[in-house]
Amino acid sequence: MSASPRGAIFKTALIALVLTLLPLPAWVAIVRPEFLVLTVLYWSIQAPWSGGIGLGWFAGLLLDAFQGPVLGEHALAVALVAYLGVHEHQRIRTKPLLQQSLVVFAVLVLYEFVLFAVDGWSGHPLISPLRWVPAATGALIWPFMATVLSRSYRPRT
Amino acid sequence: MAAFGTRSGSPRNRGGSAGFRFSLYALVSIVIMVLDQRLDWLERVRFALQAVTYPVEVVLNSPVTGWHWLQREFASRHALEGENRRLRARLHELEMRTLRVDALAAQNAALIGLRHSLPPVAERWLPADIVNIELGGLRQRILVDRGERNGVFRNQAVLDDYGVVGQTIHIGPWSAEVQLITDPDHDLPVQNERTGFRTIAVGTGDPDALALPYLPANADIRVGDVLVTSGLGGVFPSGYPVGRVTEVHPSAAQPLARVLVAPFAHLTTDREVMLLWFRQGNPASPLKLLGGQLTSGNPAVQPMPAPKPKAAPAACTPARAAQKPGVQPSGSAPAQTKPAGPLTGPRKP
Repeated sequence: MSASPRGAIFKTALIALVLTLLPLPAWVAIVRPEFLVLTVLYWSIQAPWSGGIGLGWFAGLLLDAFQGPVLGEHALAVALVAYLGVHEHQRIRTKPLLQQSLVVFAVLVLYEFVLFAVDGWSGHPLISPLRWVPAATGALIWPFMATVLSRSYRPRT
Repeated sequence: MAAFGTRSGSPRNRGGSAGFRFSLYALVSIVIMVLDQRLDWLERVRFALQAVTYPVEVVLNSPVTGWHWLQREFASRHALEGENRRLRARLHELEMRTLRVDALAAQNAALIGLRHSLPPVAERWLPADIVNIELGGLRQRILVDRGERNGVFRNQAVLDDYGVVGQTIHIGPWSAEVQLITDPDHDLPVQNERTGFRTIAVGTGDPDALALPYLPANADIRVGDVLVTSGLGGVFPSGYPVGRVTEVHPSAAQPLARVLVAPFAHLTTDREVMLLWFRQGNPASPLKLLGGQLTSGNPAVQPMPAPKPKAAPAACTPARAAQKPGVQPSGSAPAQTKPAGPLTGPRKP
C-alpha cells in the first residue's frame, strides 16, 4: 500500500479552488460547475479514509471566506457532500462513470438545496432558477473530472 | 486529528464514525452561522479573512488586469483620439451644466429657509479600483482595493460617475466588499423625481434591472421616470440618481404593480468606483434611524436658526412612515410636536 494520496488531494483541491474563484464573464460564471465540491466528492469516494468530511468542511469554509453571505454555510453543505461520498463510496465507486453522474447530480442538487435553505433562513434569499444550473453542469462534467483526477494519484497495490 | 484520518485506518472500521463526524462538523457549522448572524464579533473574523483572501483575489484577477493593461498600452492612436474627443465633449457639457449650480444651490438654500449657504453634502470621495466582480455567481458583489486603512467604513455609499453603485458590507484592512444595488439582498430607498413618491428599489440579481415591488397598482409611475435616492435608510444622501423606469406592468388582478428600473451606474463595465463621505448635518445627508427616540428630538436634524420650523418635521415624517409602510403620518404626529418645542422656546423672551 502506498502513502495516502494527501499530496494529490491538496494539489487538486487548490487547483479546484482557483478554478472556482477565477473571474469569468457573467454567463460563464453562472454555468461554472462547483469544481471544489466535485473534487471533494471525488476524493471522498476514492479515498474516504484520507480526505473525507474534515477536508470537505475546510474546503467549504474557504468558499465561505471568499463568497458566502453567511460564514459556515458552504462548510455545512460541502461537509454533507463529503459525508454522502464517504458513506456511499463503495456503492458509487463500482458504477460506470455515466451512472455516477446521475448520483453526482442528486448530491449536487442536495448541496444547492442546503445553500438555498440557509440563504433563506439567514435572510439573504436568492430565488433564481439559475442557481440550480451548476448542479447540472457539475454532473455533466463529472466523467471528465473523474478521469483527470484519477490521473493525479495512482495507488500502487 | 480526525479531520484527515490516519494512514492505517481502514474505511470499513471508520465507517460507523462517519455519521458522527459529520454531525460534529454540521453542529460547528451551524454554531458559526448563528454567531455570524446574531453577533457582531465574527465581523472581526471576517476582517482577518479579508486580509487573507484579498491577495489571492488580486492574483486571480491579474490576468484580467493584465489584459486591460495591454489593451490600454496598445490602444491605437485613432481610438485614443476618439476617446479624447468624447471626453472633451463630455467635459464641456458638464462644465456648462455646473456653471450656474453654485448660484442655484445658494438660491435653493435661501428658499428652504436657511440663512447661510450650504456646503455640498459630499465631504470628500475616494476612487477605488474594482479588484474582483465575481464574488459569488448570482449575488452581485464587487471587491474594491480600499479598506479600513483608507478610512472606509461599513455601509458606506459607493457611486460611479453616473449613479449609485452600492454600499460596503464587509471591510478588510486593504479591501472592502461592496454589495451592488442589483444584489437580491439590497434594498434602496428611492424617490420618483417627477412626483416625489417614495418607495424601495430591490435588486433582482440581474445587473441591468432593479424592481419596485412595493408600488400599488394605481401608483403614478411611467416609463422614463427618473428615480433618485430619497435620503432615508441612513446610507445614501438624498438626490443621487439611481435609474430610469423601463417597464411598468399595472395589473388589475394584482394589488401591486410590476415595475422595472434600469440603473444609471455602469455596473457591468465599471473598473473604478467612488467611495463617498458626506457631511453630517446637511439636510441632504442620510437620516440616521433614530429607533423611536424622536420624542426627545435630535438637534442634529433640526435647522437651528430656521424661522419656519416646518422643514424639520417634514423631513422626519417620511422617515417614520418609511419604517412602517402603511402607517399614516398622523400616527407620528405627537412625536413631531415635541421636537418643535426647543424651536418655539426661544420665541418666548
